[in-house]
Amino acid sequence: MLDKALKGSRGYWGWLFFLMGIMGAGFLAYLYQFKNGLGVTGLSRDISWGLYIGQFTFLVGVAASAVMLVIPYYLHDYKKFGKIVILGEFLAISAVIMCMLFIMADMGQPMRVMNIFLHPTLNSVLFWDTVVLNGYLFLNIIIGWITLESDSKGIKPPQWIKPFIYLSVPWAVSIHTVTAFIYAGLPGRHFWLSAIMAARFLASAFAGGPALLIILALLVRKLTKFDPGKEPIQALGKIVTYAMFANVFFLGLEFFTAFYSGIPAHQHSFHYLYAGLDGYNKLVPLMWTSSILAVVSLFLLIFPSFRKKEGVLAFACVSLFISLWIDKGFGLVIGGFVPNMFERVTEYWPTIPETIITLAVWATGFFVLTVLYKIAVTVREETAGIEIEH
Amino acid sequence: MSINRREFLRLAGVSALAGVGGVAVFNKLQNNALEASEFTAGPNALNAKRWAMVVDMSKFKTPEDYKRCMDACHSTHNVPNFSNPKDEIKWIWPEKFEHAFPGQENPYMNEETKEKSFLLLCNHCDNPPCVRVCPTKATFKRKDGIVMQDMHRCIGCRFCMAACPFGARSFNYRNPRGKDANGQPLIKEENAAYPTRTIGVVEKCTFCTERLAVGKLPACVEVSNEFSKGGLVFGDLDDPGSEVRKIISAKYTIRRKSEIGTQPSVFYVIGGNDYAIVPEIL
Amino acid sequence: MYDSGKIIVGLLIFIALVTFPFYNNIGKVNAKPELKLDTPEIQKLPEQERKCVESKEFMRGGHMQLLDDWRDSVVRDGSRIYTSSAHKTFNMSLQNECMRCHSNKKDFCDKCHNYMAVKPYCWDCHIAPKENKS
Repeated sequence: MLDKALKGSRGYWGWLFFLMGIMGAGFLAYLYQFKNGLGVTGLSRDISWGLYIGQFTFLVGVAASAVMLVIPYYLHDYKKFGKIVILGEFLAISAVIMCMLFIMADMGQPMRVMNIFLHPTLNSVLFWDTVVLNGYLFLNIIIGWITLESDSKGIKPPQWIKPFIYLSVPWAVSIHTVTAFIYAGLPGRHFWLSAIMAARFLASAFAGGPALLIILALLVRKLTKFDPGKEPIQALGKIVTYAMFANVFFLGLEFFTAFYSGIPAHQHSFHYLYAGLDGYNKLVPLMWTSSILAVVSLFLLIFPSFRKKEGVLAFACVSLFISLWIDKGFGLVIGGFVPNMFERVTEYWPTIPETIITLAVWATGFFVLTVLYKIAVTVREETAGIEIEH
Repeated sequence: MSINRREFLRLAGVSALAGVGGVAVFNKLQNNALEASEFTAGPNALNAKRWAMVVDMSKFKTPEDYKRCMDACHSTHNVPNFSNPKDEIKWIWPEKFEHAFPGQENPYMNEETKEKSFLLLCNHCDNPPCVRVCPTKATFKRKDGIVMQDMHRCIGCRFCMAACPFGARSFNYRNPRGKDANGQPLIKEENAAYPTRTIGVVEKCTFCTERLAVGKLPACVEVSNEFSKGGLVFGDLDDPGSEVRKIISAKYTIRRKSEIGTQPSVFYVIGGNDYAIVPEIL
Repeated sequence: MYDSGKIIVGLLIFIALVTFPFYNNIGKVNAKPELKLDTPEIQKLPEQERKCVESKEFMRGGHMQLLDDWRDSVVRDGSRIYTSSAHKTFNMSLQNECMRCHSNKKDFCDKCHNYMAVKPYCWDCHIAPKENKS
């Protein structure tokens, strides 16, 4: 099927070369970082994780969100998702690849990465995260590939793929739970030390991921002859609405616990993020942008009359995606490090090389996504009108 | 296949018990011909069940006292001086009370304690979060309680830095053998008997394992005895007769963030005389 | 076969590329490195005691494994004394023990490592003995 990715319009090739240009720039920036160390980033002794790990965390959520298509389709027999479930699985593949690249970009000694497997450490959440992420990548590659290949041949997928599909449901939940545990189990970090961290992660993932899918599905309809259909997009819209509600609700719970209990250490990070602490307020505008976008998107999503207009839905999804990207891909990680262990404030802002590398990882993800979607869309165009039964 | 003797011995033991595989094992042994070699601790090595330190702040009078301890440590261990907080690497350093013991300060406490600097270092916790999170066992707890860092194995993921509640860990953001902005080497004078670190690994205080192994006290403890006996006291927390235990059972000591359960092995004496003193009545 | 011309040309280019190291080195003299053992510290020793930790043969093939075991033992187990198969004891330290005798890193370590094109990262951290540039 890979050959389908080799025949495309000028726009397709232009887009791929554009992405490759960014990837090339990122590669050079990475060589610079590799040679000079992570000192070329904005990271410091106090804020030892930043943009890379934030993006990693956010993208694990995007990857996990494929399950929001898999559950209705395979467990509840919601047939309408039949044509687009592959879009979710392929999005998961590119998201996991981005996650891995961000982890590699963040490592001080990337050449020693195999030490994780040479000295497996069962008590380390990071070890488990490596295991579940690789497993999830494997699951989605084989499920996506096998089902799409069957579709292209007009036959039902083989029975043996079913267990893998069912396994992918708890697995998707596990990747984001384990990622949340990276944060939620650290004794000195009050901002992260929260029992609902994993729940918050899942809620934001199931809002942000499907929102991105809606945008992608609308783009696919606009750019290709394949129409994902009105109804599945509306169904996704409902999922986004509920999940975003849960996400905002969970964030409210965090605020309540921190401020009603009155424990200063639990409030510091919130102060820093939303109002500034000790005169440091670099993240305040960003966090308020995120909050406003969250409210706007939620307002547009709640009323079915708005949501049903695809233009409004698209706008709401873009706002929501940006909102969550700021909140989880940036604020959540940095907020946990402020104030530091001595209750001093150090601020963080990504440097230019760091930003280029980050953009390049996203470009790589979009490159993989484009190629995979090209294959999926071509198959769909060829089988247009045929009912798919998995 | 590598020829690791300890693994080999384990293998040989299992083989002998099972009564199989002996031939293959003996073949290997003959090739190797190192059956008599072994690893042991040195004859002068200091041993303990759980190493601990008592820091008596009353013995630190002048800024010079702090500096001597810090310099002794940092020069012995080739700790680079980046002179900027972003890339900074430190094993032992001073902090004011409110930063050393956040949450313990109050607006009315006496000026002396408030303004006093406390010497901070890795707490070598009995229940260390850094060890719990490390994905490669690059940081681990030794049998004598020392939380050790294996720089050969560290992959630089910095999970331990996020996990350490005491900010005791530093990362080599830049090459520690490089030069600063003024062209001066970051390590002013290399101690040729101790390694430096490489770029991209995490490091911290090791309670001077290399000195304990040859019967010496940690560098900071040794130098503190030069200006005042008992400023830094090092010993076995598990031994009721040890000096650290005697001080801890006689005086009021506090530990950093003891409420989170990591069980630090560094104790601070706050009061100024030999009787137990509760900070509130100072 | 479709496009046989293109495929054959492609294959030829591929073969040319992967065999490059071979024909690039044809005819070049590749003298075996002669390791120098004439450091002052070794000269001081009586002739019959000029022996390494283990036999020459073992060290030649297995020094990397030995050093690997040493570092695990020192860093992880805290055992720093090595008793050799000849019942002699050594302080397990690359920097302080090995290099005490072999103070000529360039003519000892590097010579062979360069010849074998291996780049161990020992010296990224461990400090090599001061040597006069020769």
